[in-house]
Amino acid sequence: MQSSAFLSRKEMIGFALLAALIFIVFPMMLDSFRLNLFGKYLTYAFVAVGLALCWGAGGILSLGQGVFFGLGGYCMAMFLKLEASTPENTSIQSTPGIPDFMDWNQLTELPWWWQPFYSLPLALFAVVAVPVVFAFIIGVAMFTRRVGGVYFAIITQAFAAILTILIIGQQGYTGGVNGITDLRTLLGWDIRTDEAKTTLYFVNGVLLFAVLFAAQYVRKSKLGRLLIAMRDQEDRVRFSGYNVANFKIFIFCLGAAFAGIGGAMFTLQVGFMSPTLVGIVPSIEMVIFCAVGGRLSILGAVYGALLVNWAKTTFSESFPELWLFGLGGLFIAVVMLFPNGLAGVWSEKIEPRLLALLGKAPADKSAPDGAPAE
Amino acid sequence: MQERFILKVEDLTVSFDGFKAVDALSFYVEPNECRVIIGPNGAGKTTVLDLICGRTKATAGSVRFHDQELLTMREDQIVNAGVGRKFQTPSVYEDLTVFENLELSYPKGHSVFGALVFKRDADVRARIKEIAETIFLEGQLDEKAAFLSHGQKQWLEIGMLLIQDPELLMLDEPVAGMSVAERKKTAELLNRIIQDRSVIVIEHDMGFVADIATRVTVLHQGKTLSEGSMERVQNDPKVVEVYLGH
Repeated sequence: MQSSAFLSRKEMIGFALLAALIFIVFPMMLDSFRLNLFGKYLTYAFVAVGLALCWGAGGILSLGQGVFFGLGGYCMAMFLKLEASTPENTSIQSTPGIPDFMDWNQLTELPWWWQPFYSLPLALFAVVAVPVVFAFIIGVAMFTRRVGGVYFAIITQAFAAILTILIIGQQGYTGGVNGITDLRTLLGWDIRTDEAKTTLYFVNGVLLFAVLFAAQYVRKSKLGRLLIAMRDQEDRVRFSGYNVANFKIFIFCLGAAFAGIGGAMFTLQVGFMSPTLVGIVPSIEMVIFCAVGGRLSILGAVYGALLVNWAKTTFSESFPELWLFGLGGLFIAVVMLFPNGLAGVWSEKIEPRLLALLGKAPADKSAPDGAPAE
Repeated sequence: MQERFILKVEDLTVSFDGFKAVDALSFYVEPNECRVIIGPNGAGKTTVLDLICGRTKATAGSVRFHDQELLTMREDQIVNAGVGRKFQTPSVYEDLTVFENLELSYPKGHSVFGALVFKRDADVRARIKEIAETIFLEGQLDEKAAFLSHGQKQWLEIGMLLIQDPELLMLDEPVAGMSVAERKKTAELLNRIIQDRSVIVIEHDMGFVADIATRVTVLHQGKTLSEGSMERVQNDPKVVEVYLGH
């Protein structure tokens, strides 16, 4: 009969394996520098999970997720920057107490919209709220007018370009092309030490799992099935009495919220935020993480983000000029050979063989210990 | 007092770049009536259904369902007001199971929040089972819709409409592309489900039309050519000339 459990037995094992990898294997195997790198990779997994819902399930391809990642990251960076810019730290400036890049750009006063970021609760709220509000505006403008498919993808890409140009152009307010750098402490806690980075890695892992559980809840709800239905037969959904635009707006906003959290964790772990993480190229890379992992699978999205970023670091350490070709080739290979990504390779190729090796035919559903199969 | 007509279509016109696909069309549907629309290709039959259910925007005229003007409403609002629509090509959700297909059409949890907290309770299961039996698919509930035959997909879509329980049901060529055996079963199914509701059907199969129609409207170039009982329409010389004659 229909399985309505939150996690099936198989999914439970998948979640447990990923948890073991993130919370036990990586921290034990990697030195603090590498662990911090993996923490950075995992911040992209937030975006990829959101894309698995938006694009994989709902068929809404956004090539502008970097915008939401960036907005979340900038909100966090603004708070950290204000904390780092105490009058004592900035006494050599002509206006002490404001961020250094403002001083360099002849600003003599903190802009009003920076003021709320003195407060951590407000900044944390903004990390989620700013991307969501932005996604909501784009969503209402596009989806209620029935803009979809390729047109939507192109428009989101345009937003990524616009935001990058805006950030670079408004140097005095945003730090320009350098981004917001030289972040030091979070409520007095130095985030640059190895211990802090390890702690942040674990915080990041816990948040990622919270996001994964939220995504799993959505997938298992009727809304998850509606997304798939909308992807395949949008008109039929409309003529079954659903306002399709509202559902698209919701899932797009949810993806933006996930991306915003990822961006904030990026800022905390890496120690800066810059427009290079907002624009077209990173946004497309995020789609590739999701595609490599398998766009239908939320766990696959996490593995995709990890694997592609790990490959990027490894290759670009040895062959920096070849990496982009490698990334392009990887994307082509996935689309041509493994349209369902790593998750598809796993469930179609590896899992059946693994089961056969363990002496269990894939068709045989009875569990070895005699427990009833769910 | 019961109203005389459930649906009033008056002066309905739509023009595509100057071409009037439907031209000042008026017709009225009574409660529990089964109205069949026939006409040659390009007569505007499907367009009429598209206009009523909001898929195409009218240029002029009015479509009143009870006392609501449908032309200014969104598709989902029209559906929730009680108008169901089946498309010509079977449109079901291929990646979902038959059960899930029916569940999505169940008239509850249609808001974003409603869909998030929707529970598959005993009522839902019972209703889906009941509908599945009606549409001959009780054995395929857990099968993906992609694996159904063409005829079964048509039945599934009819089932998805039934679970909505619309007051006015619009069917676009429900027996097209079916085998003889499937066609017979479908006719039997339609005969059962058109009870207790108003139905507008587009169909070419004259035997089938004679079987179910209360009244027939013959469309030609976006206008009513003839209207009345099957017998009257069949003997109308105008109709014979443009349609039935060849």
